[in-house]
Amino acid sequence: MILQIQHIHKRFHNHVALRDVSFGIPEGVVFGLLGPNGAGKTTLIRIITRIFMPDEGQILFRGKPHADEYVARIGYLPEERGLYRKMEVYEHAVYLGMLKGLNRGKAKEKVEYWMKRWEMMPWKKKKIQELSKGMQQKVQIMASLLHEPELLILDEPFSGFDPVNAALLKEEIINLKNSGTTILFSSHNMNNVEEICDEIVLINKSEKVLEGKVREIQHAHFENTFDFEFEGNVMGFTNALWSGGEVLFSSQIGNRNTVRVRLSPGVELNDVIGSVLPVCRLKEIRQVLPSLHDIFLKTVTGKDKAISSITQTE
Amino acid sequence: MKKIFLVAEREILQKIRTPSFIIMTLLTPLLIAGFVGLIIYLTQTEKTEQKVWVVDESKLFEGRLQPDDYTTFSYTQKKLPDAVREFSDKGYTCILWIAPNIVEGGDGAVKIIYKKSPGLAFQTYLKNQLEKILYEEKLRANQIDPMVIHNAKQKVQVIMEKVDKYGNAKDQTQFQLLGFFMGFLMFMFITVYGMMVFRSVLEEKTNRIVEIIISSIKPFQLLAGKILGVAVLGIGQFLVMAGISALLMMLMVQFLLKDTLAEYEIFKAQTEMVMKTGATQNLDKLEKFHDKLETFQVLDKLKNIDVAEVLAAFLLYFLGGYLLYSALIAAIASAVDNESDSQQFLMPVMLPLFVAYFSLVRAMENPDASSIVWFSYIPFTSPVIMMSRITSGIPFWEVLMSLVLLFAAIILVLMLAAKIYRTGILMYGQKVTWKTIFQWVFKN
Repeated sequence: MILQIQHIHKRFHNHVALRDVSFGIPEGVVFGLLGPNGAGKTTLIRIITRIFMPDEGQILFRGKPHADEYVARIGYLPEERGLYRKMEVYEHAVYLGMLKGLNRGKAKEKVEYWMKRWEMMPWKKKKIQELSKGMQQKVQIMASLLHEPELLILDEPFSGFDPVNAALLKEEIINLKNSGTTILFSSHNMNNVEEICDEIVLINKSEKVLEGKVREIQHAHFENTFDFEFEGNVMGFTNALWSGGEVLFSSQIGNRNTVRVRLSPGVELNDVIGSVLPVCRLKEIRQVLPSLHDIFLKTVTGKDKAISSITQTE
Repeated sequence: MKKIFLVAEREILQKIRTPSFIIMTLLTPLLIAGFVGLIIYLTQTEKTEQKVWVVDESKLFEGRLQPDDYTTFSYTQKKLPDAVREFSDKGYTCILWIAPNIVEGGDGAVKIIYKKSPGLAFQTYLKNQLEKILYEEKLRANQIDPMVIHNAKQKVQVIMEKVDKYGNAKDQTQFQLLGFFMGFLMFMFITVYGMMVFRSVLEEKTNRIVEIIISSIKPFQLLAGKILGVAVLGIGQFLVMAGISALLMMLMVQFLLKDTLAEYEIFKAQTEMVMKTGATQNLDKLEKFHDKLETFQVLDKLKNIDVAEVLAAFLLYFLGGYLLYSALIAAIASAVDNESDSQQFLMPVMLPLFVAYFSLVRAMENPDASSIVWFSYIPFTSPVIMMSRITSGIPFWEVLMSLVLLFAAIILVLMLAAKIYRTGILMYGQKVTWKTIFQWVFKN
């Protein structure tokens, strides 16, 4: 575990921001901190970066109580991010690297490395205010990577990013993970996270509501839902299904139909196959894992809305 | 500490590179020197070369008007209307007309007729001459030798000497105008650099870079680095401006006041002689400096100013006043979201500084008035007021006490400001009131 968060409480003068939040972040994973806006994600991140102190509870960094010296080993891209508008790109990046504790020579070396890698050298002498928003974002990400952090924290990294930079960021997250960096990022948007997150924690209204490996959570929330692809009549299929399951939706391309069915409790897939086989020519059957979005909504609102999207197939 | 210096360095480099800062630094001394130069110029160069054509109908003055470096006299028997017609063609700059009945007095007995104004100094010069000749003429008419009267006159010079409470004479003549100027300068510097800190803090907050920075360093390091950077900038700018001003003024004094300075030296030497020998025979040599006496007194006072002491005091009080106010200003900037919200908080904080500023006139008139003495001890007013008092020579213990109070207050205010700053800097979109600010101070 690179980071263990233990029973963190944080109150501000008129509300509770975090209530008894505990979880651990293993080495070398991409870890998602998920939850709706205002759930307490940013507060937790600020406690991890020691901008805030927790009222109760503690954080262990590699097993030792968190201290200022470990902050230098963390890289941080805040949600509300800005730059000095009047500074030049290169000197600005070097300054931020030096604030993290790099000496001038090392900071320059690192800035040049990243600027070359992301093809930013032509902007070296430009002022920040002359850059497009996307370019500024690149500078900000670069600044959080300069000191080769062991833990990189990205607060809502995809909000406000254009698709090109979002893709670049995703790619870089994977690269960093492969080179051994642990990445913690927060998001209120579940759609981005499934493909890159190994583990997640879900926070809602100041409390942790869910945690674990993405795949395990999805399996735990699997609701016997399958997609049937077949040639034949949808009415016939539905009639044959009878009480074996509920049709959630269907679609048709040419003479090929796809029907999503949630099996009734106690009904086996084999039983359903048996009852529909006479009325259609089955082409494919897929297990439908719930999306994190659906799990999130279900957990948060307690209602079952797991009908929206096909995300995982097996 | 390293990171505080890093923040300070950025603050300095960013500011130094802006053209407006460079222009201000160079232009201000030019303006000051230019202003002083203009004053000197106006008092000095009123005398222009005058060729005076004298139409003396009283026949009293012929051959008796004394020419000087600028003025020459020629006498004519022509009637006034003819003279008026001819004078500029003949190369004269003006006509001095004296009425036949001048001895009886009355208005309009003397006229200067000119095409280009010869100036006030010339008018005074003529007036003095005519009066002196008339005076001697009237004495003679009453059988009195003018020399008797002259020798009966005794000049008395009064020298101001202030003593401290031990009775030791301090050779420090009051020079209130300098005090006012120094106090005003202090007020300007504290305001200008306080506002520089204000804008810098607010900029970081509004463009949201602050969170990136305080994830690398402590908010206090950022605050301290910023205040330190602007302080170095301020002291540096002051020294450069003072240096350039001093140089320019020295050049100007050499250039414009060369004659006056030479005369001043002669006057000093002769005064010394008269004092030493107690002789009265040289008094008439001093007499001709009569109209320059005031200028000489100013020069005396200027010579008595201990430049090193005033400079050291200015730097110390600037540092103190600046730290005090900039810490408070930074705290306010961190608490608000934009400049317009800041007014209600800035006003009460800056009020003592303005009170000090408006008390400067009183401090100039009476540097030992009790309210002024108190103001010079109270930390929020002492930088401006003490600076203005200090030029009139006050005991060292008073200065020391006010400095100790000032720096004690700074420590308190800095602790307070750091607490507000730490919380405020991350607070967005909240309606901040004095109540919330006090909560930040006392709850965290």
